[in-house]
Amino acid sequence: MPDRRSVRLTCTLNGRRLSLDAHPMARLLDVLRQQAGLTGTKEGCGEGECGACSVLLNGRLANSCLTPFAHADRATIVTIEGIASGDDLHAVQEAFLECGGAQCGICTPGIVLAAVDLLERTPHPTEHDVRAALAGNLCRCTGYMRIFDSVLEACRRLSASRA
Amino acid sequence: MQPFSYEKVTNEHEAIERARLGNATFVAGGTTLVDLMKLNVEVPAALVDINALPLNQIEDQSDGSIRIGALVRNGDLAQDSRIQSRYRVLSQAILAGASAQLRNMATTGGNLMQRTRCYYFRDPVYPCNKRQPGAGCAAMDGYNRIHAVLGVSDKCIATHPSDMAVALVALDASVHIRGANGERAVPITEFHLLPGDTPHRETVVRPGELITYVTLPSGPFGAHSAYVKLRDRASYEFALASAAVALQVEGTTVRSARVALGGVATKPWRALQAEQVLTGSTANTAAFRNAADAALTGAVSRRYNAYKIELAKRAIVRALTDALMD
Repeated sequence: MPDRRSVRLTCTLNGRRLSLDAHPMARLLDVLRQQAGLTGTKEGCGEGECGACSVLLNGRLANSCLTPFAHADRATIVTIEGIASGDDLHAVQEAFLECGGAQCGICTPGIVLAAVDLLERTPHPTEHDVRAALAGNLCRCTGYMRIFDSVLEACRRLSASRA
Repeated sequence: MQPFSYEKVTNEHEAIERARLGNATFVAGGTTLVDLMKLNVEVPAALVDINALPLNQIEDQSDGSIRIGALVRNGDLAQDSRIQSRYRVLSQAILAGASAQLRNMATTGGNLMQRTRCYYFRDPVYPCNKRQPGAGCAAMDGYNRIHAVLGVSDKCIATHPSDMAVALVALDASVHIRGANGERAVPITEFHLLPGDTPHRETVVRPGELITYVTLPSGPFGAHSAYVKLRDRASYEFALASAAVALQVEGTTVRSARVALGGVATKPWRALQAEQVLTGSTANTAAFRNAADAALTGAVSRRYNAYKIELAKRAIVRALTDALMD
């Protein structure tokens, strides 16, 4: 039974329209994981510091741990589960595999989304652009260098595929 | 978290009427409020969601000023081509703060209303005059490395955390506030309050009032301006000291100047004494250093934050040097 204070909202999640029920101030993070069953979005700090919970909300990168469910009303949301096309991984995902950009994996979904967002806005980023775009995503394993390499490799792959 | 009600409003009148009912708090981006509610620092009985209000535009006005809606997201404001070309310091200051994720969520009005990062304020275990008037202040004799040296009182030494507001001080911005009795415009320098004996009162916004716009005058200060932020790591961290400066220069002579400081004061700080030193002087490093010394006259440090006085001076000199080359 939904909480009596819950509301039903409709959104487009990874390209699929659906209705979800939750308290309007429930964290979007929890609704995605528990109601929509999309556990790719991770909780790190829960305070908007680490970026593990990043999703694309109406085309903008946002921390789902600080996003009230009410803000998902009629929104378009893309989580890590919506980045690949079926079995075909996104170029960013391929590059992370190739370059060893993921270790324990908790930060990876958020970082992949931040990288996808960057490359959609800035197809030819400088290394400074990459560092700035990933500043809101903390990783405790890699030391970041392989992550930066992965993003630059993804950039090369995307450029090649466009050529 | 304490129980609270939640409702959405669709126009300014409704927002103000709803907020007048007491212990209601507006929520927009939620980046400060939701965080502080989880920590039991903010315990509103009612949340009034204002995201549907039509206050999300950046508009040129007929007098040459720019009007920024209170719901314009920080990221959009920083990336706006008019802001980048005419008010560079504002774009720089916003991009120096938080992360892409948070800038996409946080709003102009919310940035002005954000609360201090003082660890003792953010943890209800400790006494805090800002959180609970009269309780005392754990920062005075605590670990006060991040605390203020300007605008302090014996009740509170918490710094104001905003980068954006520091740039707004350097640009002579005004904040438009609407209440039941109409709208008023407040200069940004008067918007935030010194802690004095009432550190729980942080701004001139009264219960039931809503920030609607921030305006930037056309002014001479867009041309040469810069923001320098010094912090523990190179990105995604609050300022230990920051300076927003703007210069109007003729030849090598400073005609007028704006110097504002962040990270070292209890409110976004306008350093009038530094501006006076600069006005009429030759724009060079010696004059910049004199201005920096003047800005920190009257600074009061405690056990762990004396380093901020020199740090702030160096931020000012660097920002003025950057602004001159802009």
